Amino acid sequence: MKKVYFCKIKLSPIYSRKRISISVFVMNKIVGKEYLSDKVVKFEIEAPLIAKSRKAGHFVIVRIGKKGERVPYTIASADPQKGTITLVVQNVGKSSGKFCELNVGDYITDLVGPLGKATHIENFGTVVCAGGGVGIAPMLPIIEAMKKAGNKVIAVLAARTKELVILENEVRQFADEVIIMTDDGSYGKKGLVTHGVEEVIQREKVDLCVTIGPAIMMKFVSELTKKYNIPTIASLNTIMVDGTGMCGACRVTVGGKTKFVCVDGPEFDAHQVDFDEMLMRLKAYN
Amino acid sequence: MPSKEYLQAERNQPWREALRKTMKNKERTDLPRVKMPEQQPDVRIHNFKEVNLGLTLQQALSESHRCLDCVDPTCITGCPVEVNIPKFIKNIERGEILEAAKTLKDTNTLPAVCGRVCPQERQCESQCFYVKKLKKEAVAIGYLERFAADYERESGHISIPATAPANGIKIAVAGSGPAGLAFAGDMAKMGYDVTVFEALHELGGVLRYGIPEFRLPNTIVEVEIEGLKKMGVQFVTNCIIGKTISQEDLKEMGYRGLFIGSGAGLPNFMHIPGENLIGVMSCNEYLTRVNLMQAADPESDTPIHRGKKVAVIGGGNTAMDAVRTARRLGAEKAMIVYRRSEEEMPARIEEVKHAKEEGIEFFTLHNPLRYEGDENGHVQRMLLQRMKLGEPDASGRRRPIPIEGETIWVDVDEVIVSVGVSPNPLIPSSFAGLEVTPHGTIVVDDETMQTGVEYIFAGGDIVRGGATVILAMGDGRKAAKGMDAWLKKTL
Repeated sequence: MKKVYFCKIKLSPIYSRKRISISVFVMNKIVGKEYLSDKVVKFEIEAPLIAKSRKAGHFVIVRIGKKGERVPYTIASADPQKGTITLVVQNVGKSSGKFCELNVGDYITDLVGPLGKATHIENFGTVVCAGGGVGIAPMLPIIEAMKKAGNKVIAVLAARTKELVILENEVRQFADEVIIMTDDGSYGKKGLVTHGVEEVIQREKVDLCVTIGPAIMMKFVSELTKKYNIPTIASLNTIMVDGTGMCGACRVTVGGKTKFVCVDGPEFDAHQVDFDEMLMRLKAYN
Repeated sequence: MPSKEYLQAERNQPWREALRKTMKNKERTDLPRVKMPEQQPDVRIHNFKEVNLGLTLQQALSESHRCLDCVDPTCITGCPVEVNIPKFIKNIERGEILEAAKTLKDTNTLPAVCGRVCPQERQCESQCFYVKKLKKEAVAIGYLERFAADYERESGHISIPATAPANGIKIAVAGSGPAGLAFAGDMAKMGYDVTVFEALHELGGVLRYGIPEFRLPNTIVEVEIEGLKKMGVQFVTNCIIGKTISQEDLKEMGYRGLFIGSGAGLPNFMHIPGENLIGVMSCNEYLTRVNLMQAADPESDTPIHRGKKVAVIGGGNTAMDAVRTARRLGAEKAMIVYRRSEEEMPARIEEVKHAKEEGIEFFTLHNPLRYEGDENGHVQRMLLQRMKLGEPDASGRRRPIPIEGETIWVDVDEVIVSVGVSPNPLIPSSFAGLEVTPHGTIVVDDETMQTGVEYIFAGGDIVRGGATVILAMGDGRKAAKGMDAWLKKTL
């Protein structure tokens, strides 16, 4: 149980820099758990150093249990004062299933980050943020940062059905407009994320599109915006092992060249990404 | 190189003089070089236990008698960490094996590791009097090093090198591989307060994720790290300097110096068609899954392909590690594909020998041109170009040239690309002011290992771009000396 984190000394006056020069050891304790839907869980986790240094677009690698695998999760939000980060986990398999079983008070076996390159934020003008399913979570900090940089932000949130539309209220805090799309029409408009995005494109000038979600969804968003010549960023969620550039399991073809999602990404020019290859590689261990 | 006077004084110790007189040199040189006991090939391909079993006490004593305790011990010039080789071997000869282990640890933080993975035939043993003057097989320095280190560990009397009184000066190390551990050990000996930060969840760097269990058991690495902890070195896993904690954080936490030993973590690919098919992967990915993540253990959550027809591209030690791992994971056909001939292979002779004994097929003078997959994107076959050797190139090895029109298709279901690594860009890219070469290596002063940022020193593969454990350790030692001198000058 000595898996510990170094953190700076600001937590308590007892640990003033003069008294203890290095560190306060803290473990990655789960301090909040909330079910956003049946299979989607939001965790708030103590990780003071990551909370302080992370930026929109960064991810962490999580390992649950001594036999656990290393799995990347994009950071949904962070509270540097409290020293916590928020991850949204969808229960889709063995590792995410083990994660979702954890409760408040439990510890994450291993957590490392922030990894990857941060989102390039500037005032582009009008930005459409197209998030699908659990991809809405990592989109949240991008929406916030884009808004703070002066952009007009239009969020298109898509899911199969009403219960799977997550973090709507949080998104509304920052987005100028929120368009909800559900496959079955149980909430918002009936249709796919691309319908929502195209509606905006036809209505007004869009300077940038950011898309995060299932690979297949990002592929279709990318094809749509390519037709309209709108620069588009996609945040890719490939298989990884170390997450630090060491193994290359995450490689994708971007503009005809092999790139590592972990160190060159996770965000790329969506129009250059070979989504078909990525979809194929995601099935490597199925 | 240690000073002549020091070596002379050590050699003139009465016990060494007496020992030299116990046997005539002719009798010593007539002794045959010891043979390392090994697991039989047909047995070991079904397990991950060590192939080399280690010398018996009897064998070690006999081998130690071969060493002539030369006036001018040229062997030491071949050792990047300058182990006092005759002194440790003569300690074995007189039966003081714990003393031999202590001698090793004076300059070598990880003797049990080096005794197993150092290419001694190219270093100390290549400079041995037997090789240079007698044209005989060298004294088995590597085997004896391993023997002394193992004997000490198994005896339970593990010596902890003496440390100078704590000076309270805090030093950070990025990376817990061989460079970082050697640096940490030497700094701790000098009384510094050392913290090693490791990105992964386990310590040891390449010793842990790269070199397989059958060549370097994890327990060996753990014991050596335990020794460093006893010397006061602190370790923090899951922490990336430059990402988790910034340059400013380090300063604020009171660190006065930083050593970067972050390694060559970026695998090279050949950028040929089909390389992104499923089942084609880097040696780093393959070995990390098996060694670090224990993917071969049915209880591990990390998956691994167990290919039946596995090709490993490359001729280095890592390629041998990967192909021999594949064999142990059930490959019926495990192949090395290398574009030059066996003579130019960078792998150790012992590794090539072991691989052959284990039934590995060698496609030397072959180079992959493309891979093709099935309808699901799984690699199915590879097209190999036959090569011949031309004139020597910049590396001094004869350049491989394609023989036009001579290609063959070979069926495979897994391909492991082991054509070298590049420095990990994580740290150089997140630290302002570091000078980086076009190859991604950090520029340092050759003598002190100091970078352009004066409190930052670097060594190992992040400076060399892909070398050996022992060279990385040599860098770590040099950097410790360099940083100590710099700190004494500035404080």
